Amino acid sequence: MVTAILRRPEIGAAVAALAVFAFFTVYTDQFVSELGVSTWLNSSSRLGIMAVAVALLMVGGEFDLSTGVMTGTTGLIVAVTTTHYGLNIWVAAAVSLAAALAIGAANGIVVVRTGLPSFIVTLGTYFVLQGLNLALVKAIIGGVSVQGMRDVPYYDSIQPVFGGSFTLLGYEFGASVLWWIGFTALATWVLLRTRPGNWIFAVGGAEQSARQVGVPVFRTKVGLFMTTAGAGWLVGMILLFESSSATSERGVGQEFIFIICAVVGGCLLTGGYGSAIGAALGALIYGMANQGIVYAQWDNNWLQTFLGAMLLAAVLLNNWVRRRAEVAR
Amino acid sequence: MKPDSTPVIEVQGIGKRYGGVVALQDVTTAVRAGQVTCVLGDNGAGKSTLIKILAGVHEHDEGTLAVDGQEQRLGSPREALSHGIATVYQDLAVVPLMPVWRNFFLGSEKTSGFGPLRRLDGDFMRRTAKSELAAMGIDLRDVDQPIGTLSGGERQCVAIARAVYLGARALILDEPTAALGVKQAGVVLKYIAKARERDLAVVFVTHNPHHAYPVGDRFLLLRRGRSLGDFAKADLSLHELTAMMAGRAELEKLGEELSRDLP
Repeated sequence: MVTAILRRPEIGAAVAALAVFAFFTVYTDQFVSELGVSTWLNSSSRLGIMAVAVALLMVGGEFDLSTGVMTGTTGLIVAVTTTHYGLNIWVAAAVSLAAALAIGAANGIVVVRTGLPSFIVTLGTYFVLQGLNLALVKAIIGGVSVQGMRDVPYYDSIQPVFGGSFTLLGYEFGASVLWWIGFTALATWVLLRTRPGNWIFAVGGAEQSARQVGVPVFRTKVGLFMTTAGAGWLVGMILLFESSSATSERGVGQEFIFIICAVVGGCLLTGGYGSAIGAALGALIYGMANQGIVYAQWDNNWLQTFLGAMLLAAVLLNNWVRRRAEVAR
Repeated sequence: MKPDSTPVIEVQGIGKRYGGVVALQDVTTAVRAGQVTCVLGDNGAGKSTLIKILAGVHEHDEGTLAVDGQEQRLGSPREALSHGIATVYQDLAVVPLMPVWRNFFLGSEKTSGFGPLRRLDGDFMRRTAKSELAAMGIDLRDVDQPIGTLSGGERQCVAIARAVYLGARALILDEPTAALGVKQAGVVLKYIAKARERDLAVVFVTHNPHHAYPVGDRFLLLRRGRSLGDFAKADLSLHELTAMMAGRAELEKLGEELSRDLP
Protein backbone atom coordinates (compact mmCIF):
# COMPACT_ATOMS: atom_id res chain seq x y z
CA MET A 1 0.00 0.00 0.00
CA VAL A 2 2.76 2.41 0.95
CA THR A 3 4.81 1.49 -2.14
CA ALA A 4 1.69 1.94 -4.27
CA ILE A 5 1.37 5.52 -3.00
CA LEU A 6 5.08 6.26 -3.31
CA ARG A 7 5.01 4.96 -6.87
CA ARG A 8 2.51 7.63 -7.95
CA PRO A 9 4.12 10.36 -10.11
CA GLU A 10 2.32 13.18 -8.27
CA ILE A 11 3.62 12.35 -4.80
CA GLY A 12 6.44 14.92 -4.95
CA ALA A 13 4.08 17.68 -6.06
CA ALA A 14 1.58 16.80 -3.31
CA VAL A 15 4.25 17.09 -0.62
CA ALA A 16 5.55 20.36 -2.10
CA ALA A 17 2.02 21.82 -2.33
CA LEU A 18 1.39 21.03 1.32
CA ALA A 19 4.70 22.60 2.32
CA VAL A 20 4.04 25.80 0.33
CA PHE A 21 0.52 26.03 1.74
CA ALA A 22 1.70 25.51 5.31
CA PHE A 23 4.53 28.00 4.95
CA PHE A 24 2.42 30.92 3.69
CA THR A 25 -0.43 30.09 6.07
CA VAL A 26 1.94 30.50 9.01
CA TYR A 27 4.07 33.29 7.57
CA THR A 28 1.32 35.65 6.31
CA ASP A 29 -2.08 36.69 7.62
CA GLN A 30 -3.99 37.12 4.39
CA PHE A 31 -3.06 33.81 2.72
CA VAL A 32 -5.99 31.80 4.10
CA SER A 33 -8.35 34.78 4.28
CA GLU A 34 -11.47 34.67 2.09
CA LEU A 35 -9.93 37.01 -0.44
CA GLY A 36 -6.58 35.24 -0.34
CA VAL A 37 -7.91 31.75 -0.99
CA SER A 38 -10.12 32.81 -3.87
CA THR A 39 -7.30 34.83 -5.44
CA TRP A 40 -4.74 32.02 -5.54
CA LEU A 41 -7.31 29.37 -6.43
CA ASN A 42 -8.60 31.43 -9.37
CA SER A 43 -5.14 32.10 -10.75
CA SER A 44 -4.13 28.46 -10.23
CA SER A 45 -7.25 27.25 -12.05
CA ARG A 46 -6.43 28.92 -15.38
CA LEU A 47 -2.87 27.64 -15.30
CA GLY A 48 -4.12 24.30 -14.06
CA ILE A 49 -6.49 23.59 -16.94
CA MET A 50 -3.67 24.17 -19.41
CA ALA A 51 -1.08 22.34 -17.32
CA VAL A 52 -3.29 19.23 -17.18
CA ALA A 53 -3.75 19.21 -20.96
CA VAL A 54 -0.03 19.84 -21.48
CA ALA A 55 0.71 16.99 -19.04
CA LEU A 56 -1.39 14.55 -21.10
CA LEU A 57 0.51 15.62 -24.20
CA MET A 58 3.87 15.27 -22.43
CA VAL A 59 2.96 11.79 -21.20
CA GLY A 60 2.27 11.12 -24.88
CA GLY A 61 5.83 12.23 -25.62
CA GLU A 62 5.21 15.62 -27.26
CA PHE A 63 5.36 19.35 -26.48
CA ASP A 64 3.08 22.18 -27.51
CA LEU A 65 4.48 25.71 -27.41
CA SER A 66 1.38 27.24 -29.03
CA THR A 67 -0.76 26.75 -25.90
CA GLY A 68 -0.21 30.22 -24.46
CA VAL A 69 -1.03 32.22 -27.58
CA MET A 70 -3.95 29.86 -28.23
CA THR A 71 -5.72 31.33 -25.19
CA GLY A 72 -5.32 34.74 -26.83
CA THR A 73 -6.31 33.62 -30.33
CA THR A 74 -9.53 31.91 -29.24
CA GLY A 75 -10.62 34.92 -27.19
CA LEU A 76 -9.87 37.28 -30.08
CA ILE A 77 -11.89 35.17 -32.53
CA VAL A 78 -14.97 35.51 -30.33
CA ALA A 79 -14.37 39.19 -29.53
CA VAL A 80 -13.73 40.27 -33.13
CA THR A 81 -16.50 38.24 -34.79
CA THR A 82 -19.13 39.43 -32.27
CA THR A 83 -18.22 43.11 -31.88
CA HIS A 84 -17.07 43.71 -35.44
CA TYR A 85 -19.16 41.32 -37.56
CA GLY A 86 -22.19 40.96 -35.28
CA LEU A 87 -21.99 37.16 -35.07
CA ASN A 88 -24.12 35.47 -32.40
CA ILE A 89 -21.92 35.01 -29.34
CA TRP A 90 -22.69 31.31 -28.87
CA VAL A 91 -21.97 30.66 -32.53
CA ALA A 92 -18.77 32.67 -32.21
CA ALA A 93 -17.67 30.52 -29.26
CA ALA A 94 -18.36 27.39 -31.32
CA VAL A 95 -16.44 28.78 -34.30
CA SER A 96 -13.56 29.62 -31.99
CA LEU A 97 -13.55 26.06 -30.62
CA ALA A 98 -13.60 24.61 -34.13
CA ALA A 99 -10.67 26.83 -35.12
CA ALA A 100 -8.69 25.76 -32.03
CA LEU A 101 -9.33 22.07 -32.70
CA ALA A 102 -8.33 22.50 -36.34
CA ILE A 103 -5.04 24.17 -35.35
CA GLY A 104 -4.40 21.43 -32.80
CA ALA A 105 -5.11 18.75 -35.40
CA ALA A 106 -2.77 20.48 -37.86
CA ASN A 107 -0.01 20.52 -35.22
CA GLY A 108 -0.53 16.84 -34.56
CA ILE A 109 -0.73 15.76 -38.19
CA VAL A 110 2.47 17.60 -39.11
CA VAL A 111 4.33 16.17 -36.09
CA VAL A 112 3.24 12.56 -36.63
CA ARG A 113 3.49 12.53 -40.43
CA THR A 114 6.90 14.20 -40.69
CA GLY A 115 8.45 12.88 -37.49
CA LEU A 116 9.82 16.36 -36.78
CA PRO A 117 10.21 17.36 -33.11
CA SER A 118 6.95 18.85 -31.85
CA PHE A 119 9.06 21.52 -30.13
CA ILE A 120 9.93 23.01 -33.54
CA VAL A 121 6.57 22.48 -35.23
CA THR A 122 4.59 24.13 -32.43
CA LEU A 123 7.19 26.88 -32.10
CA GLY A 124 6.26 27.70 -35.69
CA THR A 125 2.56 27.63 -34.80
CA TYR A 126 3.32 29.87 -31.83
CA PHE A 127 4.88 32.58 -34.00
CA VAL A 128 2.21 32.29 -36.69
CA LEU A 129 -0.55 32.74 -34.12
CA GLN A 130 1.27 35.53 -32.30
CA GLY A 131 1.65 37.39 -35.58
CA LEU A 132 -1.99 36.82 -36.54
CA ASN A 133 -3.18 37.96 -33.11
CA LEU A 134 -1.44 41.28 -33.69
CA ALA A 135 -1.41 41.93 -37.42
CA LEU A 136 -4.73 40.43 -38.48
CA VAL A 137 -6.63 41.92 -35.56
CA LYS A 138 -5.03 45.31 -36.21
CA ALA A 139 -5.97 45.05 -39.89
CA ILE A 140 -9.60 44.25 -39.07
CA ILE A 141 -10.42 46.53 -36.15
CA GLY A 142 -7.53 49.01 -36.24
CA GLY A 143 -6.24 48.17 -32.75
CA VAL A 144 -4.89 45.33 -30.63
CA SER A 145 -7.50 45.40 -27.88
CA VAL A 146 -11.20 44.58 -28.21
CA GLN A 147 -13.62 46.34 -25.85
CA GLY A 148 -17.40 46.55 -25.73
CA MET A 149 -18.03 42.83 -25.18
CA ARG A 150 -20.76 43.61 -22.63
CA ASP A 151 -22.92 45.23 -25.31
CA VAL A 152 -22.96 42.09 -27.47
CA PRO A 153 -26.44 40.44 -27.51
CA TYR A 154 -26.78 37.37 -25.26
CA TYR A 155 -23.51 38.26 -23.49
CA ASP A 156 -25.22 37.69 -20.14
CA SER A 157 -26.31 34.21 -21.18
CA ILE A 158 -22.79 32.94 -21.83
CA GLN A 159 -20.73 35.01 -19.40
CA PRO A 160 -21.59 33.02 -16.20
CA VAL A 161 -20.58 29.73 -17.87
CA PHE A 162 -16.94 30.80 -18.17
CA GLY A 163 -16.52 34.00 -16.21
CA GLY A 164 -19.09 33.61 -13.42
CA SER A 165 -18.42 33.04 -9.75
CA PHE A 166 -20.09 31.26 -6.86
CA THR A 167 -19.85 31.33 -3.09
CA LEU A 168 -19.12 28.28 -0.99
CA LEU A 169 -18.60 28.33 2.79
CA GLY A 170 -18.04 32.07 2.65
CA TYR A 171 -15.33 31.79 -0.03
CA GLU A 172 -15.94 33.17 -3.50
CA PHE A 173 -14.72 31.04 -6.39
CA GLY A 174 -14.63 31.65 -10.13
CA ALA A 175 -16.33 29.23 -12.50
CA SER A 176 -12.79 28.47 -13.69
CA VAL A 177 -12.14 26.56 -10.46
CA LEU A 178 -14.99 24.18 -11.28
CA TRP A 179 -13.72 23.78 -14.85
CA TRP A 180 -10.26 23.07 -13.44
CA ILE A 181 -11.44 20.41 -11.00
CA GLY A 182 -13.75 18.86 -13.59
CA PHE A 183 -11.09 18.79 -16.29
CA THR A 184 -8.49 17.31 -13.93
CA ALA A 185 -10.91 14.58 -12.86
CA LEU A 186 -11.82 13.80 -16.46
CA ALA A 187 -8.16 13.72 -17.55
CA THR A 188 -7.25 11.42 -14.66
CA TRP A 189 -10.11 9.09 -15.54
CA VAL A 190 -9.06 8.96 -19.19
CA LEU A 191 -5.39 8.50 -18.40
CA LEU A 192 -5.70 5.72 -15.83
CA ARG A 193 -8.97 3.97 -16.57
CA THR A 194 -9.53 3.97 -20.34
CA ARG A 195 -7.95 2.46 -23.44
CA PRO A 196 -6.93 5.85 -24.90
CA GLY A 197 -5.17 6.55 -21.59
CA ASN A 198 -3.20 3.33 -21.91
CA TRP A 199 -2.29 4.34 -25.45
CA ILE A 200 -1.10 7.79 -24.30
CA PHE A 201 1.40 6.18 -21.89
CA ALA A 202 2.46 3.75 -24.61
CA VAL A 203 3.06 6.24 -27.44
CA GLY A 204 5.05 8.43 -25.07
CA GLY A 205 7.00 5.61 -23.48
CA ALA A 206 7.95 3.64 -26.60
CA GLU A 207 6.27 4.77 -29.80
CA GLN A 208 7.68 2.01 -31.99
CA SER A 209 6.65 -0.69 -29.54
CA ALA A 210 3.18 0.80 -29.26
CA ARG A 211 2.77 0.76 -33.02
CA GLN A 212 3.94 -2.84 -33.21
CA VAL A 213 1.26 -4.11 -30.83
CA GLY A 214 -1.47 -2.25 -32.71
CA VAL A 215 -1.86 0.99 -30.75
CA PRO A 216 -3.28 3.69 -33.09
CA VAL A 217 -0.36 6.11 -32.71
CA PHE A 218 -1.62 8.66 -35.22
CA ARG A 219 -5.07 8.99 -33.68
CA THR A 220 -3.70 9.13 -30.14
CA LYS A 221 -1.17 11.88 -30.83
CA VAL A 222 -3.45 14.03 -32.98
CA GLY A 223 -6.11 13.69 -30.29
CA LEU A 224 -3.64 14.93 -27.69
CA PHE A 225 -2.72 18.01 -29.72
CA MET A 226 -6.42 18.70 -30.20
CA THR A 227 -6.90 18.36 -26.44
CA THR A 228 -4.29 21.00 -25.62
CA ALA A 229 -5.78 23.29 -28.27
CA GLY A 230 -9.27 22.64 -26.85
CA ALA A 231 -8.02 23.44 -23.35
CA GLY A 232 -6.50 26.63 -24.80
CA TRP A 233 -9.97 27.52 -26.05
CA LEU A 234 -11.52 26.85 -22.63
CA VAL A 235 -8.98 29.09 -20.86
CA GLY A 236 -9.36 31.65 -23.66
CA MET A 237 -13.12 31.77 -22.96
CA ILE A 238 -12.52 32.03 -19.20
CA LEU A 239 -10.10 34.96 -19.64
CA LEU A 240 -12.41 36.63 -22.17
CA PHE A 241 -15.55 36.44 -20.05
CA GLU A 242 -13.87 37.28 -16.75
CA SER A 243 -12.38 40.49 -18.13
CA SER A 244 -14.97 41.08 -20.91
CA SER A 245 -12.12 42.15 -23.14
CA ALA A 246 -9.53 40.57 -25.40
CA THR A 247 -6.03 41.73 -26.23
CA SER A 248 -3.51 40.57 -28.80
CA GLU A 249 -0.73 40.03 -26.25
CA ARG A 250 -2.70 37.68 -24.03
CA GLY A 251 -1.10 34.35 -23.18
CA VAL A 252 2.29 35.06 -24.72
CA GLY A 253 5.03 33.55 -22.55
CA GLN A 254 2.68 31.33 -20.56
CA GLU A 255 3.48 28.15 -22.50
CA PHE A 256 6.64 27.45 -20.48
CA ILE A 257 4.79 27.92 -17.19
CA PHE A 258 2.34 25.20 -18.26
CA ILE A 259 5.24 22.87 -19.06
CA ILE A 260 6.93 23.71 -15.73
CA CYS A 261 3.70 22.94 -13.83
CA ALA A 262 3.46 19.59 -15.63
CA VAL A 263 7.09 18.73 -14.85
CA VAL A 264 6.74 19.77 -11.21
CA GLY A 265 3.68 17.49 -11.21
CA GLY A 266 5.83 14.51 -12.15
CA CYS A 267 5.84 14.45 -15.95
CA LEU A 268 9.04 13.23 -17.59
CA LEU A 269 10.38 15.45 -20.37
CA THR A 270 11.03 12.26 -22.34
CA GLY A 271 7.41 11.12 -22.16
CA GLY A 272 5.65 7.98 -20.99
CA TYR A 273 5.30 9.00 -17.36
CA GLY A 274 3.30 11.61 -15.50
CA SER A 275 -0.10 12.45 -14.07
CA ALA A 276 -2.97 14.88 -14.52
CA ILE A 277 -3.44 15.40 -10.78
CA GLY A 278 0.27 16.14 -10.50
CA ALA A 279 0.03 18.87 -13.14
CA ALA A 280 -2.98 20.37 -11.35
CA LEU A 281 -0.93 20.37 -8.13
CA GLY A 282 1.98 21.95 -10.00
CA ALA A 283 -0.33 24.78 -11.05
CA LEU A 284 -1.58 25.08 -7.48
CA ILE A 285 1.99 25.41 -6.19
CA TYR A 286 2.64 28.15 -8.74
CA GLY A 287 -0.59 29.98 -7.91
CA MET A 288 0.03 29.79 -4.15
CA ALA A 289 3.65 30.93 -4.42
CA ASN A 290 2.68 33.74 -6.78
CA GLN A 291 0.15 35.13 -4.30
CA GLY A 292 2.00 34.16 -1.13
CA ILE A 293 5.04 36.21 -2.16
CA VAL A 294 2.78 39.24 -2.57
CA TYR A 295 1.26 38.74 0.89
CA ALA A 296 4.71 38.21 2.41
CA GLN A 297 5.65 41.57 0.88
CA TRP A 298 8.73 40.17 -0.75
CA ASP A 299 10.12 41.34 -4.05
CA ASN A 300 7.96 39.75 -6.70
CA ASN A 301 11.00 38.62 -8.66
CA TRP A 302 11.66 35.94 -6.03
CA LEU A 303 8.89 34.02 -7.79
CA GLN A 304 11.20 33.36 -10.73
CA THR A 305 13.92 32.04 -8.43
CA PHE A 306 11.45 29.87 -6.58
CA LEU A 307 10.05 28.55 -9.84
CA GLY A 308 13.49 27.69 -11.18
CA ALA A 309 14.45 25.89 -7.98
CA MET A 310 11.17 23.92 -7.99
CA LEU A 311 11.74 22.93 -11.60
CA LEU A 312 15.27 21.71 -10.98
CA ALA A 313 14.24 19.77 -7.89
CA ALA A 314 11.36 18.19 -9.81
CA VAL A 315 13.52 17.21 -12.78
CA LEU A 316 16.11 15.61 -10.49
CA LEU A 317 13.41 13.72 -8.60
CA ASN A 318 11.69 12.56 -11.81
CA ASN A 319 15.00 11.45 -13.26
CA TRP A 320 15.75 9.37 -10.21
CA VAL A 321 12.28 7.80 -10.30
CA ARG A 322 12.66 6.89 -13.95
CA ARG A 323 16.05 5.31 -13.52
CA ARG A 324 14.73 3.23 -10.67
CA ALA A 325 11.82 2.08 -12.84
CA GLU A 326 13.81 1.34 -15.97
CA VAL A 327 16.84 -0.46 -14.63
CA ALA A 328 16.44 -4.13 -13.79
CA ARG A 329 16.64 -4.93 -10.11
CA MET B 1 3.11 -33.07 -36.86
CA LYS B 2 0.70 -32.74 -39.79
CA PRO B 3 2.89 -32.14 -42.83
CA ASP B 4 0.02 -32.14 -45.30
CA SER B 5 -2.25 -29.63 -43.59
CA THR B 6 -2.72 -26.19 -45.16
CA PRO B 7 0.11 -23.95 -43.99
CA VAL B 8 -0.93 -21.11 -41.68
CA ILE B 9 1.51 -18.87 -43.55
CA GLU B 10 3.00 -19.65 -46.93
CA VAL B 11 5.27 -17.39 -48.99
CA GLN B 12 6.23 -18.12 -52.60
CA GLY B 13 8.91 -16.27 -54.51
CA ILE B 14 8.48 -13.32 -52.20
CA GLY B 15 10.65 -10.22 -52.60
CA LYS B 16 11.08 -6.65 -51.38
CA ARG B 17 13.03 -3.62 -52.58
CA TYR B 18 13.82 -0.43 -50.73
CA GLY B 19 14.35 2.07 -53.52
CA GLY B 20 16.98 0.44 -55.73
CA VAL B 21 18.24 -1.93 -53.04
CA VAL B 22 17.01 -5.51 -53.20
CA ALA B 23 16.49 -6.55 -49.58
CA LEU B 24 14.82 -9.88 -50.28
CA GLN B 25 14.36 -11.90 -53.45
CA ASP B 26 12.60 -15.12 -54.44
CA VAL B 27 12.12 -16.65 -50.98
CA THR B 28 9.76 -19.59 -50.53
CA THR B 29 8.77 -21.33 -47.30
CA ALA B 30 5.79 -22.32 -45.20
CA VAL B 31 4.85 -22.77 -41.58
CA ARG B 32 2.11 -25.11 -40.37
CA ALA B 33 0.23 -25.33 -37.10
CA GLY B 34 2.25 -27.21 -34.49
CA GLN B 35 5.51 -26.67 -36.35
CA VAL B 36 8.50 -24.42 -35.94
CA THR B 37 10.06 -22.93 -39.06
CA CYS B 38 13.47 -21.47 -38.37
CA VAL B 39 14.77 -18.60 -40.45
CA LEU B 40 18.56 -18.49 -40.31
CA GLY B 41 21.05 -16.03 -41.68
CA ASP B 42 23.80 -13.61 -40.82
CA ASN B 43 23.26 -9.89 -40.27
CA GLY B 44 21.90 -8.30 -43.43
CA ALA B 45 20.69 -11.61 -44.82
CA GLY B 46 17.14 -10.34 -45.12
CA LYS B 47 15.71 -11.93 -41.97
CA SER B 48 14.20 -8.72 -40.66
CA THR B 49 12.77 -7.82 -44.06
CA LEU B 50 10.97 -11.18 -44.16
CA ILE B 51 9.64 -10.61 -40.64
CA LYS B 52 8.40 -7.15 -41.51
CA ILE B 53 6.47 -8.55 -44.47
CA LEU B 54 4.89 -11.30 -42.34
CA ALA B 55 4.12 -8.83 -39.54
CA GLY B 56 2.43 -6.34 -41.87
CA VAL B 57 5.00 -3.59 -41.31
CA HIS B 58 6.02 -3.56 -45.00
CA GLU B 59 4.15 -4.95 -47.99
CA HIS B 60 6.00 -7.28 -50.34
CA ASP B 61 6.73 -6.23 -53.95
CA GLU B 62 7.05 -9.67 -55.55
CA GLY B 63 5.64 -13.14 -55.07
CA THR B 64 2.67 -14.20 -52.98
CA LEU B 65 1.84 -14.46 -49.32
CA ALA B 66 -0.99 -16.78 -48.28
CA VAL B 67 -2.66 -17.08 -44.89
CA ASP B 68 -4.62 -20.33 -44.48
CA GLY B 69 -4.32 -20.83 -48.22
CA GLN B 70 -5.86 -17.44 -49.05
CA GLU B 71 -3.64 -14.91 -50.74
CA GLN B 72 -3.28 -11.73 -48.66
CA ARG B 73 -1.48 -8.42 -48.56
CA LEU B 74 -0.82 -7.35 -45.00
CA GLY B 75 -1.01 -3.56 -44.93
CA SER B 76 -0.52 -2.97 -41.21
CA PRO B 77 0.44 -4.80 -38.02
CA ARG B 78 -3.22 -4.56 -37.03
CA GLU B 79 -4.22 -6.43 -40.17
CA ALA B 80 -1.63 -9.14 -39.53
CA LEU B 81 -2.94 -9.47 -35.97
CA SER B 82 -6.49 -9.83 -37.24
CA HIS B 83 -5.30 -12.86 -39.23
CA GLY B 84 -3.84 -14.28 -36.01
CA ILE B 85 -0.23 -13.47 -36.87
CA ALA B 86 1.56 -12.02 -33.86
CA THR B 87 5.15 -10.84 -33.88
CA VAL B 88 7.50 -10.68 -30.92
CA TYR B 89 10.29 -8.28 -31.83
CA GLN B 90 13.83 -8.20 -30.60
CA ASP B 91 13.05 -5.05 -28.66
CA LEU B 92 9.95 -6.96 -27.47
CA ALA B 93 7.50 -4.15 -28.17
CA VAL B 94 7.17 -3.41 -24.49
CA VAL B 95 6.97 -0.01 -22.86
CA PRO B 96 9.54 -0.15 -20.03
CA LEU B 97 7.86 2.37 -17.73
CA MET B 98 4.42 0.75 -17.92
CA PRO B 99 3.33 -1.95 -15.44
CA VAL B 100 3.57 -5.59 -16.53
CA TRP B 101 -0.22 -6.00 -16.75
CA ARG B 102 -0.70 -2.91 -18.90
CA ASN B 103 2.04 -4.12 -21.23
CA PHE B 104 0.50 -7.58 -21.36
CA PHE B 105 -2.77 -6.18 -22.72
CA LEU B 106 -1.43 -3.16 -24.61
CA GLY B 107 -3.34 -2.62 -27.84
CA SER B 108 -5.87 -5.30 -26.89
CA GLU B 109 -7.15 -3.92 -23.59
CA LYS B 110 -10.12 -5.55 -21.92
CA THR B 111 -12.84 -3.10 -20.99
CA SER B 112 -16.11 -3.14 -19.09
CA GLY B 113 -19.08 -0.77 -19.19
CA PHE B 114 -20.54 1.06 -22.14
CA GLY B 115 -20.39 4.48 -23.78
CA PRO B 116 -18.65 7.15 -21.72
CA LEU B 117 -18.30 4.75 -18.79
CA ARG B 118 -16.36 2.21 -20.84
CA ARG B 119 -13.25 1.60 -18.80
CA LEU B 120 -10.31 -0.73 -18.39
CA ASP B 121 -11.08 -3.90 -16.48
CA GLY B 122 -7.98 -3.65 -14.29
CA ASP B 123 -8.87 -6.51 -11.96
CA PHE B 124 -9.41 -8.93 -14.81
CA MET B 125 -6.25 -7.86 -16.60
CA ARG B 126 -4.05 -8.05 -13.49
CA ARG B 127 -5.44 -11.48 -12.59
CA THR B 128 -5.12 -12.82 -16.14
CA ALA B 129 -1.61 -11.50 -16.68
CA LYS B 130 -0.50 -13.09 -13.42
CA SER B 131 -2.06 -16.48 -14.16
CA GLU B 132 -0.93 -16.59 -17.80
CA LEU B 133 2.61 -15.82 -16.75
CA ALA B 134 2.43 -18.39 -13.98
CA ALA B 135 1.33 -20.97 -16.58
CA MET B 136 4.51 -20.15 -18.47
CA GLY B 137 6.50 -20.63 -15.29
CA ILE B 138 7.16 -16.98 -14.49
CA ASP B 139 6.04 -16.19 -10.99
CA LEU B 140 5.79 -12.44 -10.53
CA ARG B 141 5.21 -11.06 -7.08
CA ASP B 142 3.64 -7.92 -8.44
CA VAL B 143 2.25 -7.35 -11.94
CA ASP B 144 2.10 -3.62 -11.13
CA GLN B 145 5.87 -3.26 -11.34
CA PRO B 146 7.21 -1.57 -14.48
CA ILE B 147 8.17 -4.18 -17.06
CA GLY B 148 11.57 -2.48 -17.35
CA THR B 149 12.47 -4.00 -13.98
CA LEU B 150 12.25 -7.59 -15.32
CA SER B 151 15.23 -9.49 -16.71
CA GLY B 152 15.67 -9.89 -20.47
CA GLY B 153 14.51 -13.52 -20.46
CA GLU B 154 11.46 -12.70 -18.35
CA ARG B 155 10.49 -9.85 -20.67
CA GLN B 156 10.87 -12.17 -23.67
CA CYS B 157 8.57 -14.69 -22.01
CA VAL B 158 6.02 -12.01 -21.14
CA ALA B 159 5.98 -10.98 -24.80
CA ILE B 160 5.49 -14.59 -25.96
CA ALA B 161 2.84 -15.29 -23.31
CA ARG B 162 1.02 -12.13 -24.39
CA ALA B 163 0.93 -13.17 -28.05
CA VAL B 164 -0.25 -16.67 -27.16
CA TYR B 165 -2.96 -15.39 -24.84
CA LEU B 166 -4.22 -12.85 -27.36
CA GLY B 167 -5.14 -15.67 -29.71
CA ALA B 168 -2.17 -15.82 -32.02
CA ARG B 169 -2.20 -18.84 -34.31
CA ALA B 170 1.10 -17.90 -35.84
CA LEU B 171 3.94 -16.55 -33.75
CA ILE B 172 6.90 -14.76 -35.30
CA LEU B 173 9.88 -14.51 -32.97
CA ASP B 174 12.65 -12.11 -33.98
CA GLU B 175 15.99 -13.23 -32.49
CA PRO B 176 14.45 -14.03 -29.11
CA THR B 177 17.66 -15.64 -27.83
CA ALA B 178 20.20 -13.23 -29.29
CA ALA B 179 20.77 -11.01 -26.27
CA LEU B 180 20.44 -13.74 -23.66
CA GLY B 181 22.90 -15.85 -21.70
CA VAL B 182 23.00 -19.62 -22.14
CA LYS B 183 20.61 -20.40 -19.29
CA GLN B 184 18.01 -17.75 -20.21
CA ALA B 185 18.17 -18.75 -23.87
CA GLY B 186 17.35 -22.30 -22.78
CA VAL B 187 14.29 -21.02 -20.91
CA VAL B 188 13.08 -19.19 -24.02
CA LEU B 189 13.63 -22.27 -26.21
CA LYS B 190 11.44 -24.22 -23.79
CA TYR B 191 8.64 -21.67 -24.34
CA ILE B 192 9.01 -22.05 -28.07
CA ALA B 193 8.56 -25.80 -27.69
CA LYS B 194 5.58 -25.12 -25.42
CA ALA B 195 4.01 -22.83 -28.01
CA ARG B 196 4.42 -25.57 -30.63
CA GLU B 197 2.70 -28.04 -28.30
CA ARG B 198 -0.23 -25.63 -28.12
CA ASP B 199 -0.52 -26.09 -31.89
CA LEU B 200 0.83 -22.69 -32.84
CA ALA B 201 2.71 -22.09 -36.04
CA VAL B 202 6.05 -20.59 -35.01
CA VAL B 203 8.52 -18.69 -37.16
CA PHE B 204 11.76 -18.57 -35.19
CA VAL B 205 14.34 -16.15 -36.53
CA THR B 206 17.91 -16.58 -35.31
CA HIS B 207 21.53 -16.61 -36.40
CA ASN B 208 22.41 -19.43 -34.03
CA PRO B 209 22.02 -22.96 -35.54
CA HIS B 210 22.49 -24.51 -32.10
CA HIS B 211 19.39 -22.71 -30.89
CA ALA B 212 17.43 -23.43 -34.07
CA TYR B 213 18.12 -27.13 -34.57
CA PRO B 214 16.66 -28.59 -31.34
CA VAL B 215 13.26 -26.87 -31.76
CA GLY B 216 12.96 -26.47 -35.55
CA ASP B 217 10.94 -28.58 -37.99
CA ARG B 218 11.89 -26.63 -41.10
CA PHE B 219 14.91 -24.46 -41.81
CA LEU B 220 15.02 -21.56 -44.23
CA LEU B 221 18.52 -20.25 -44.83
CA LEU B 222 19.02 -16.73 -46.12
CA ARG B 223 22.12 -14.97 -47.37
CA ARG B 224 22.25 -11.48 -48.85
CA GLY B 225 18.51 -11.41 -49.43
CA ARG B 226 18.36 -14.76 -51.23
CA SER B 227 17.31 -18.20 -50.12
CA LEU B 228 20.01 -20.87 -49.77
CA GLY B 229 17.28 -23.46 -49.41
CA ASP B 230 14.27 -24.50 -47.38
CA PHE B 231 14.84 -27.86 -45.69
CA ALA B 232 12.84 -30.26 -43.58
CA LYS B 233 14.63 -31.45 -40.45
CA ALA B 234 14.88 -35.00 -41.83
CA ASP B 235 16.90 -33.73 -44.79
CA LEU B 236 19.44 -31.76 -42.78
CA SER B 237 21.81 -32.54 -39.92
CA LEU B 238 23.00 -30.00 -37.37
CA HIS B 239 26.45 -30.39 -38.88
CA GLU B 240 25.20 -29.48 -42.37
CA LEU B 241 23.14 -26.62 -41.00
CA THR B 242 26.13 -25.19 -39.16
CA ALA B 243 28.26 -25.60 -42.24
CA MET B 244 25.80 -23.67 -44.40
CA MET B 245 25.37 -20.94 -41.86
CA ALA B 246 27.54 -17.86 -42.05
CA GLY B 247 29.76 -19.58 -44.62
CA ARG B 248 31.99 -22.16 -42.98
CA ALA B 249 34.65 -21.63 -45.63
CA GLU B 250 34.77 -17.94 -44.75
CA LEU B 251 35.15 -18.72 -41.07
CA GLU B 252 38.02 -21.13 -41.76
CA LYS B 253 39.74 -18.52 -43.86
CA LEU B 254 39.29 -15.97 -41.09
CA GLY B 255 40.77 -18.42 -38.59
CA GLU B 256 43.83 -18.88 -40.79
CA GLU B 257 44.29 -15.13 -41.18
CA LEU B 258 44.08 -14.55 -37.46
CA SER B 259 46.53 -17.31 -36.59
CA ARG B 260 49.00 -16.04 -39.17
CA ASP B 261 49.16 -12.69 -37.38
CA LEU B 262 50.16 -14.33 -34.11
CA PRO B 263 53.86 -14.06 -33.28
